[in-house]
Amino acid sequence: MLSSLTVRAAVLSVLIFAVFIGAWHLSTRATAPTSAMSPEYAKLMGLTATAGKSAMPGPLDVGAKLWEHLKRPFYDNGPNDKGLGIQLGYSIGRVMLGYLLAVIVALPFGFLIGMSPLLSRAFDPFIQIMKPISPLAWMPLALYTIKDSSISAIFVIFICAIWPMLINTAFGVASVRREWINVARTLEVKPLRRALTVVLPAAAPTILTGMRISIGIAWLVIVAAEMLVGGTGIGYFVWNEWNNLSITNVIIAILLIGVIGMVFDQILARATRLVTFPE
Amino acid sequence: MSSFDNPFDPDRPLNRKGCSCGRHDSQSEHERVAAAPEQNYKEVVASTVMRALFPQDAGRRAFLKAIGASTALAAVSQFFPLETATEVFAQGGGAPEKKDLKVGFIPITCATPIIMAAPMGFYAKQGLNVEVIKTAGWAVIRDKTLNKEYDAAHMLSPMPLAITMGVGSNPQPYTMPAVENINGQAITLSVKHKDRRDPKQWKGMKFAIPFDFSMHNYLLRYYLAEHGIDPDTDVQIRSVPPPEMVANLRADNIDGFLGPDPMNQRAVYDGVGFIHILTKDIWQGHPCCAFAASEEFVSTMPNTYAALLKAIIDATAFAHKPENRKQIAEAIAPANYLNQPQIVLEQILTGTFADGLGNVVTQPDRVDFDPFPWQSFAVWILTQMKRWGQIKGEVDYAAIARQVFLATDTAKLMREVGMTPPDTTSKSFSVMGKTFDPTKPDGYLASFKIRKAT
Repeated sequence: MLSSLTVRAAVLSVLIFAVFIGAWHLSTRATAPTSAMSPEYAKLMGLTATAGKSAMPGPLDVGAKLWEHLKRPFYDNGPNDKGLGIQLGYSIGRVMLGYLLAVIVALPFGFLIGMSPLLSRAFDPFIQIMKPISPLAWMPLALYTIKDSSISAIFVIFICAIWPMLINTAFGVASVRREWINVARTLEVKPLRRALTVVLPAAAPTILTGMRISIGIAWLVIVAAEMLVGGTGIGYFVWNEWNNLSITNVIIAILLIGVIGMVFDQILARATRLVTFPE
Repeated sequence: MSSFDNPFDPDRPLNRKGCSCGRHDSQSEHERVAAAPEQNYKEVVASTVMRALFPQDAGRRAFLKAIGASTALAAVSQFFPLETATEVFAQGGGAPEKKDLKVGFIPITCATPIIMAAPMGFYAKQGLNVEVIKTAGWAVIRDKTLNKEYDAAHMLSPMPLAITMGVGSNPQPYTMPAVENINGQAITLSVKHKDRRDPKQWKGMKFAIPFDFSMHNYLLRYYLAEHGIDPDTDVQIRSVPPPEMVANLRADNIDGFLGPDPMNQRAVYDGVGFIHILTKDIWQGHPCCAFAASEEFVSTMPNTYAALLKAIIDATAFAHKPENRKQIAEAIAPANYLNQPQIVLEQILTGTFADGLGNVVTQPDRVDFDPFPWQSFAVWILTQMKRWGQIKGEVDYAAIARQVFLATDTAKLMREVGMTPPDTTSKSFSVMGKTFDPTKPDGYLASFKIRKAT
């Protein structure tokens, strides 16, 4: 029964995909020339004007271009033209760095807040205010004060990735069952050991869920940040191709951003499963 | 090797990227670049001197007519050592303090000299290793130059004025030693307005410009106001990044824009717009973009600055020549620079273009490159800033113009050879048939019927 469900779902997925691609292809097909033009004039015009081609690329255009990118992902033609592999590498590097910094700050701090109801209440208003601020709102401030665009991008990742981790860690730590802590107390386990051997394993699934939300946010933020500061990265690639009005390349970038985001998410989902235990 | 090179020449490399020094696309280009500069410096220095001696065109013409050009040259050389001045300028003060430089640019044809100087080896010839970096917008280019990530940058010519005065950012002394391009913009309208060519019919339309402090903004407002349309109340003018202008035109979200190329031609190429009027028909020879650096960079690294400026002057002189334009289009089309179809850039730079209405138009001066930053340009810009309420109160037009436009290099050069720099380096010009006298900016301003009352 289960296997047949999997198979049926797979078939349905393929079908949805095929319908989508088919509809896309049909809706972007070239129509007949829009109006008669002198050959001299037509030579100066693009395909949209001469062949009545849709401004939206079809799936075949995107596929061909994607193949072109995948064939040589690591070329480097100078500061403004690098292969997609290099651009993604820059973005992933920035996200990792900003995210790691956020982990380093958020986990201990979240632990502290979770353990102490006093601190939790004291910090709550600040966290609530900081949490909903859009990454792009931080960007000008960061650029202006840090005075370095790549550090600013990392800072923006850091400041946006920190809150879900902090809140989830605090929540996970605060909601560890009182009985377990009481048992540990009765057995005279020292506070540090109690935190590491009782609280941490119990709160781990919640903490990792927070980390999973954060990496998603960090990956969302990097594209916006790189579009703003330019230079390198997948966000810059999107901006650069948008400048050229190349919708084909923008679609390819969107596709790749989605795939990488999914990979990040899956890695942390696996990790969550590893630390979850049945009660 | 180009098809037109001698195929039996043993010294000619077969692949492109080949000349004896390895920095140019071909040997002929190498030779052209190598031969040009001294002549260029001489011309720049000589014209600066002539401008200093004869601030008004009429006086210069009378003088030249009276005694003839060659006698005039000899006479001027008598009391002003042109040769020495050229040498001082050509040699600079010595080795550059810093060789690895970063120069920011926005991917539009206005930046042509700044960009092409990299692939065509103009920077390298001055001993500089310059990275030209594409930047996401004017505000970012401003911030990155202010925080020294960039040593110098491509800016809109009103920007150094605005930055120096602290309009829209913290005041910081800025200099604009060279104008990048003159002309080269256009008003592009959506194809659906083919039959509404008279601006009097444009009430209620939505227009886009790239930046508030831009020639685009002032020229569009000027053009509309001359036709009796109040740009603040009768139409909507919004600040939109250039690529989004074409997309918004396609989406029917705006009716037209006064924007930089390649976007005007791109709108035509994509079949969504037509070129209503080139800005050269509003003001022939108007400045647009500029090469700018902070005063701090200029004063702490004079040799680097001189070398950089020389590379820009060389490149601008090269770009000025119509016969080089096709080659330039090819050099700046790749993704590393403008990232545009070469045919689009070629149409803009050569001035033979499709207008979007079915005609092939030839206007060789559609865009031109001339580095001289006339201070009267700055004064005009300031009058328009005041006209539309961007700056308020008393404005010392001449002083700001002197400080920002050409405040440093020419003046310094002239002092080095023992001359007193002139107070004004101005020329009169006319915008839509109305003559501008840079000595009477307030009168000019008062003569406009449509303006924000201040």
